[in-house]
Amino acid sequence: MNALTVTLRTLHHGERHLEKALLAVAERHRTEHEVHHVATDLAGWSHEHCARLADTGHHYGLDLSGPPADPSPGALAGLRAKAAEAVGRRPEPGLALLHDLLDLHLAATRNSVHWEMLAQAGQAARDPRLLALTTACHPRTLRQARWTNTVIKQLSPQVLTSV
Amino acid sequence: MTTEADRIADPWGERTPYDRGTPWPARTDRHLAPGLTEADVERWVQTASVLHSNGDAMDIAVRHGRVVGVRGRAGDRVNRGRLGPKDLYGWQANNSPDRLTRPLVRRNGRLVPSDWDTAMDRIVSRTRHLLDERGPGSIGFYTSGQLFLEEYYTLAVLARAGIGTNHLDGNTRLCTSTAAEALKESFGCDGQPGSYEDIDHADALALFGHNMAETQTVLWARVLDRLAGGDPPALVCVDPRTTPVARRATVHLAPRPGTNVALMNALLHEIIRRGWTDPSYIDAHTVGYAELAARVERCTPRWASRICDVPAPGIERAAEILGTAERLTSTVLQGFYQSHQATAAAVQVNNLHLIRGMLGRPGRGLLQMNGQPSAENTRECGADGNLPGFRNWQNDEQVAQLAEVWNVTPDRIPHYAPPTHAMQMFRYAEQGTLRMLWISGTNPAVSLPELARIRSILGQERLFVVVQDLFETETAQLADVVLPAATWGEKTGTLTNADRTVHLSDKAVDPPGEARPDLDIFLDFAARMDFRDKDGGPLIGWHDPESAFAAWQRCSAGRPCDYTGLSYERLHGGTGIQWPCTAGAPDGTSRLYTDGFPFAHPDTCESYGKDLVTGAPDEPVEYRSLNPDGKAVVKAAEYLPPHEDVSPDFPLQLITGRTVHHFHTRTKTGRAPELNAAAPDVWAEMSGAEAAALGLHAGDLVEVGTRRGAVRARLRITPMRDGVVFVPFHYGYWDTPAGHRPAADGAGRAANEGTITDWDPVSKQPLFKTCAARVTPVEPGTGTERHRTAHTARTARSAR
Repeated sequence: MNALTVTLRTLHHGERHLEKALLAVAERHRTEHEVHHVATDLAGWSHEHCARLADTGHHYGLDLSGPPADPSPGALAGLRAKAAEAVGRRPEPGLALLHDLLDLHLAATRNSVHWEMLAQAGQAARDPRLLALTTACHPRTLRQARWTNTVIKQLSPQVLTSV
Repeated sequence: MTTEADRIADPWGERTPYDRGTPWPARTDRHLAPGLTEADVERWVQTASVLHSNGDAMDIAVRHGRVVGVRGRAGDRVNRGRLGPKDLYGWQANNSPDRLTRPLVRRNGRLVPSDWDTAMDRIVSRTRHLLDERGPGSIGFYTSGQLFLEEYYTLAVLARAGIGTNHLDGNTRLCTSTAAEALKESFGCDGQPGSYEDIDHADALALFGHNMAETQTVLWARVLDRLAGGDPPALVCVDPRTTPVARRATVHLAPRPGTNVALMNALLHEIIRRGWTDPSYIDAHTVGYAELAARVERCTPRWASRICDVPAPGIERAAEILGTAERLTSTVLQGFYQSHQATAAAVQVNNLHLIRGMLGRPGRGLLQMNGQPSAENTRECGADGNLPGFRNWQNDEQVAQLAEVWNVTPDRIPHYAPPTHAMQMFRYAEQGTLRMLWISGTNPAVSLPELARIRSILGQERLFVVVQDLFETETAQLADVVLPAATWGEKTGTLTNADRTVHLSDKAVDPPGEARPDLDIFLDFAARMDFRDKDGGPLIGWHDPESAFAAWQRCSAGRPCDYTGLSYERLHGGTGIQWPCTAGAPDGTSRLYTDGFPFAHPDTCESYGKDLVTGAPDEPVEYRSLNPDGKAVVKAAEYLPPHEDVSPDFPLQLITGRTVHHFHTRTKTGRAPELNAAAPDVWAEMSGAEAAALGLHAGDLVEVGTRRGAVRARLRITPMRDGVVFVPFHYGYWDTPAGHRPAADGAGRAANEGTITDWDPVSKQPLFKTCAARVTPVEPGTGTERHRTAHTARTARSAR
């Protein structure tokens, strides 16, 4: 396995993780309606990225599993959603949400850096397959990172200055 | 011609046909209290409508100190004398015996009559306490689309620079924020590009999700007069229901709710594929076209027909009309603004006009419509959306400019994030970080989605709720302090309609009892709070409507909504005037963007744009590199499936909307006898086929339920697409025994009991037209009920 395939594999793992993490955050913060809906939409992008990485991976001798068959956060999530509704009346979940968004932001940023590495490799090796893949996917990863940062920016003043 | 016909039966009145390119003839509509003639009228006082966004100019008839009727102003550019049913009859609400005449305060759990000093003291002491203990973020203001410019501006100054809170929004969030956002995305700045006169010149009209016949009856009368005259325009209608507009359309497309972006992308695909674009306009005036062309390349009519459930040939035919018109005028309203991917869909209508070069010339008009009478003022004064004067919160120079106008330091004006939108304020209140909400002129306990949640938020002990209104609305019943407000005809101010026409509305009579103009209430609060500018002078130096207007003029100077050429004197007597109105354009400006897009420039723009999926704002540096010279931005969007789709348990789509007889939550129109009698109670509408499949008949009492709640209504069978149920949103509980909520047996009357808490991430406008529902029988209708459901003009075509 060479450095390129290691990177493909790492990014594949990263997109799988981000899809699950977005859905888990959507579930946990049902009472934050915009976060719930947008996180669910953005999970779809990671799902697609994962599938495309698996497809492309074949050409590099990789057998990647693709997106998770059932990316939903599982049985515990139901309990978490109930808990979200129960604590939806308290201010502290605001801080929990900021921390969840921070984790999402770092995961998306990590994926973005890997896309950057692959894009650079594609340019250097004049590999049209790799370039097509990164051109299609990287912008959406950047949008995921931008979104998480935006929500953090907009919610922090209220969460951190309210008593 | 002066007419006083029964305008419940005929909302649009007699035809006055006219040919393309000729002026719209005048027709003066009038309605006086029974038994009175014009000879009995002591005074006529100039005003304009506050019951819809069209801005119809009229005079109020006064006799013995009371409003006794209205008459359209034939000389006004907007309506040429015509009035709709809501204006002809709605004024009677002013004289309603249940007007609030004294402040109310909550004592031992009950609202009891009080006096102004006690009520204002309570508000001021709570405000001071919260500022000391919790800071400005604990205080929010939720205002209206029905006050006057002078009132919004005063509220914006006192909230932003006085209190220092970022939490100020209007209920215009529910009706017009997508219009504003779509304009900002495409043109860098809010501001209606077109003019109503474009209807006189168009050879094709396209109404996207806009049931103009019911929401703006006078503008629809203008269209009907064009259709009856020489060289009539082709008419394209996009609406899931067979509205009066759809029945007159050359092509009617009835897409599945929530799929507007797919439909628009297919229309744009066809226009590009058939070569109907204007390449020289695109080159000279826009950026981003290549991305749009790539985005819609595969969005064929056949592709869209599967998503939207609209026949592909219909899409092709509509594209041909839109693509070959020489003078295309489009309007957009709630069918787009309150549906899934609201801003993305509305922006595609802008794109249609940009790639065809259909802007800035007679008949080449784009009208992103408003829902409420003074929604435009809420937007421009910064009581909704951005900072006053369409200023950009991300641009430090523009913030500094505003600080200079207010004589405060820039850090006094919160601009670390976009102003907080209404749904987020309610979320903060739910969480307990917002502890005081001052609601002026609106009724969220009926108009917001998922009402059980809204009632429980407003009913919290820890939230101090102030309501300023004419009546004891559902929301007022949940308040801690209720302030009685004067209304239209009882106070002076200006208001601006959907095509930027500014009208003066003069005081005709005194308000009842101790009711006071909203402006006076805000000024009183500011004085009691003793807000100061940076030199120790009063932050708010004005004292009446005209001095408030002058203050606003200074704030508007140099911005797109420039009012500096206007004055109360100029607005008296003649016609309303369209902003910008300046020394250089003293008669106002009929069309924006006749020569480029000056407010799309990175230095002057109101917004740098947002991600159409996530709503995340772009950064200044990105905008500058994308659009260094300030051109229009052609912004592509991908279709995404709706967030809540149908399921076996909830197999239908619920859409809510308006009826011609009522405005908002019926606080006024429900108190006008003719309007109330025409539509006294809530109903549900379905197609004949859908009802038959469920074994339902017209007149049956049904329950329209969603995952969140249910409403009980009599069923009407009307032509519309299958799979959809429509419920008007106007009805609440003030005229029921329970007062502000459903009766104990749980039968809701408000459509919003069941609507979803979801909003467009870009405009933050709640989505009232995309949620899953089921319809179940409660009890069969009787013969009379079956007859009753068919008694209005609009449902006279009922299947039974």
